[in-house]
Amino acid sequence: MQNLSDHLAQGWHFVQSLWPEPLRLILFVAGIVAFVGANAAYLVWVERKGAGRFQRRPGPNEVGPAGLLQPVVDGLKLMSKQLIVPAGVDRVLFRGAPLLVMAPVLMSLAVVPFSASLAARNINVGLLMVFAFGSINVMAVMLGGWASRNKYAVISSARMVSQNVAYEIPMLLVVITMVMLTGTMNLNEIVQQQAGWFWHWNLFDWKHNPLAPVTFLIFYICMLAETNRAPFDMAEAESELVAGAYTEYAGMGFGVFFMAEYANILLGCSLATVLFLGGWQSPFGVLSGLVWFLAKMYFLIFTVVWIRWTFPRTQFYGLLNLSWKILIPVSLFTLVLSSALMKLLP
Amino acid sequence: MIVKEELTTPPPASEERFPVGPANVGASGVPAETFVLNLGPQHPATHGVLRVKMTMDGEYIVRAEPVCGYIHRMQEKMGENRTYAQYLPNTSRIDYLSAMTYTHAFVGAVERAAKIQPPPRAEYIRVITSELNRISSHLVWWGAFLLDLGGFTPLLYAFDDREKILDLLESITGARLTYCYYRVGGLCNDVDDAFLKGTREFVAQMRPRLKMYKALVTDNIILRKRLIDIGPISAELCRKYGATGPVIRGSGVGYDVRKAEPYSAYPEFDFEIPTFKEGDSMARYLVRMEEIVQSLRIIEQALDKLPAGPVMADKVPRVLKLPAGDYCYSVEAARGRFMVRIVSDNREIPYRVKLRTPCLSNLSLFEEASKGMLLADALAVMGSLDLVIPDIDR
Amino acid sequence: MSEAGPVKNVETSQAAPTAVTRPNPLAHLALPFQAVDYAVKGYHVEAAVPPEQVVAAAEMLDREGFALDTITGVDWLADKQMEVVYDFFHPTKGLRVVVRTRISRDKPEIATISTVFPGANWHERETHDFFGIRFLGHPDLTPFLLPEDATYHPLRKDFAG
Repeated sequence: MQNLSDHLAQGWHFVQSLWPEPLRLILFVAGIVAFVGANAAYLVWVERKGAGRFQRRPGPNEVGPAGLLQPVVDGLKLMSKQLIVPAGVDRVLFRGAPLLVMAPVLMSLAVVPFSASLAARNINVGLLMVFAFGSINVMAVMLGGWASRNKYAVISSARMVSQNVAYEIPMLLVVITMVMLTGTMNLNEIVQQQAGWFWHWNLFDWKHNPLAPVTFLIFYICMLAETNRAPFDMAEAESELVAGAYTEYAGMGFGVFFMAEYANILLGCSLATVLFLGGWQSPFGVLSGLVWFLAKMYFLIFTVVWIRWTFPRTQFYGLLNLSWKILIPVSLFTLVLSSALMKLLP
Repeated sequence: MIVKEELTTPPPASEERFPVGPANVGASGVPAETFVLNLGPQHPATHGVLRVKMTMDGEYIVRAEPVCGYIHRMQEKMGENRTYAQYLPNTSRIDYLSAMTYTHAFVGAVERAAKIQPPPRAEYIRVITSELNRISSHLVWWGAFLLDLGGFTPLLYAFDDREKILDLLESITGARLTYCYYRVGGLCNDVDDAFLKGTREFVAQMRPRLKMYKALVTDNIILRKRLIDIGPISAELCRKYGATGPVIRGSGVGYDVRKAEPYSAYPEFDFEIPTFKEGDSMARYLVRMEEIVQSLRIIEQALDKLPAGPVMADKVPRVLKLPAGDYCYSVEAARGRFMVRIVSDNREIPYRVKLRTPCLSNLSLFEEASKGMLLADALAVMGSLDLVIPDIDR
Repeated sequence: MSEAGPVKNVETSQAAPTAVTRPNPLAHLALPFQAVDYAVKGYHVEAAVPPEQVVAAAEMLDREGFALDTITGVDWLADKQMEVVYDFFHPTKGLRVVVRTRISRDKPEIATISTVFPGANWHERETHDFFGIRFLGHPDLTPFLLPEDATYHPLRKDFAG
């Protein structure tokens, strides 16, 4: 009896020694994984319901009330499918690509501040870390397409790489503008600088950046292009390339790519919220918190879904032209303009 | 802010590592490695089972060779062992989207040979139903074309409108898609007042819908960049290949069988033939959208002037035997000029039935028109040709 | 002979097709084009030519601005001949012309017109598929609608399914 309580006490001391780090970190990461997983599943529901309503039909409404169990059933369906690995593919890359696609998103979300106290890691170069991880995503899709040993997949991967490279540049230029304006790469500080009523948000900071809405628009367009959402979904243009880079993936392999796409949208919209819309700050200056962050983020996600079901797809060279010939000059101009104004009007 | 971009040249091939033969010349004239990409026969963008063997140089098409025959049902042979009345359902299934007009051609050929004149009420109702069919066919084309281009929503809006047409036509014919409504000498049954009222309501509500489609889709900048100056087809190319319908009307030649060889009750009505001279995919798109407007006009006039009377000619023999010789009848189907040639040897079964279908001629110019095009553009051009593969293969 | 007879339409507002033959618009061409009653036959002008003159006829019509409508065959088993029928239409004048020719059934060969009208390529392939008529000079006389390895010709009258 004595031994047991001694052992229990020893165990409890050990657990206590794990707080705050690394146990807090593990809990946060588990929370993020759960959050991303649940969102990826239910954003599919939002997308399908939204698509249905835009197309004047109800969308999924059979499974569960208002179709809310649809993603669960879809997940079960995908998990029950045989994971076919076609003959002749590069086995390591084929299997590894879905993992590589999901991992960077989860890492990037570890630095995004969901509220004043909900940030897994408050890193001083948080913004840099997000974009560093973002590039791995491109590589993973490319590997998936390449490893599939399918002409359609290879064409799709090639398109995806050039599209992502082209749109990283204006996105980074815009982010550099914001870093310059806010003076920090720490996402929590960026949000804290936007305290107060909504005109304190970076979107309305027209003193130093009169083109702030344009900057936001460029960021938004680049985010759509980076996540391969319509109208920039050339890579998986279903009517041309079947399923593009994901053609040869069956069952949950395909499901993971799908989830990663939604996770990327989540990440992109949360970054847009943090950088431009004040993060978890309330528009009225009081009662800030997680609710405002989620509201703004989900509103942006809704607009992403809305745009997908409204516009047709651009051509591939039109997409690249938009980036190289329009977005990059405009974002360079805003960068120069902002720096000039910051110097002239301190 | 429309940027006029030149097509960027493909990267030069690495001839040192991969020696290329003289036949391997790419689209830009630079010796290139080409690969063969097989589009179809199962593919979301080819409307039906069409296989296009594309020899590609990167994203550029060196040669696009359509391979047909995957849905060849030998309709022409079937014409040789069925009586004229028994062949009528077959005519609906050649191009199932404009089934009425195809039946019209066959029935017209038999009537022409047997010198049977359908009563005027039958002719007017034939025009009304043919034009309704044309509208529903163009709506399907529009939705499917935008689906190819990545806009998923207009398809459902188009099908919403089309559902009204299908309900109307179902009430008089009993079928939603493959109608067999015309008979030799007239129609199989008359229309009722509910149909006439419903058609008027449909015309009234379709016009504002077309305005919405124009604002939402036709004027959309992404669509315009996708279609303007893409896939130019000259009038001379159309002539050499015999392309008709919106393809030739989008290239500046106003050829429409309803005006060139007037048939049925069309001379009674006042309508225009929309013609656009640019010859690109946008022109073909606009031709079809304008044709819907003109069809609504024809339907309205026909409803206003609809005569009373029987819908079936009297003294049509039960067993039809056409005099020996060959007889043709051409109609303007939704996709172009459809002609039936019946060769008869004075029996109740035709000796030969030849079906001249528009999509075959329209597709035959694709190989020449698509040289040097990008893959995405080639698919947009194929969509703008409005192909129904059973029409090609029969 | 069908005894349908003309149907009386006393209250018609449209004129019944009148039996008027237009003057032959192609009378100036070298080949024997004849005007035909459109209301009865469905075309305006036809010409029956020997097989050697088919390419010349096509060239004449091409110069006049005609477009190729279709090419087809008819198997006249009793006459031991095959008829090749060429249909043309004019995109601006609305004229329809038919050129016919007859070739022997045992060795059905005729020159191709795909050099004049590239659209003839597919029509001739299809006619070859259905009847076995060989178009000499055709760039690619492979089966068009039938399977690639087909050796039969279904529209021949002695084809036993």
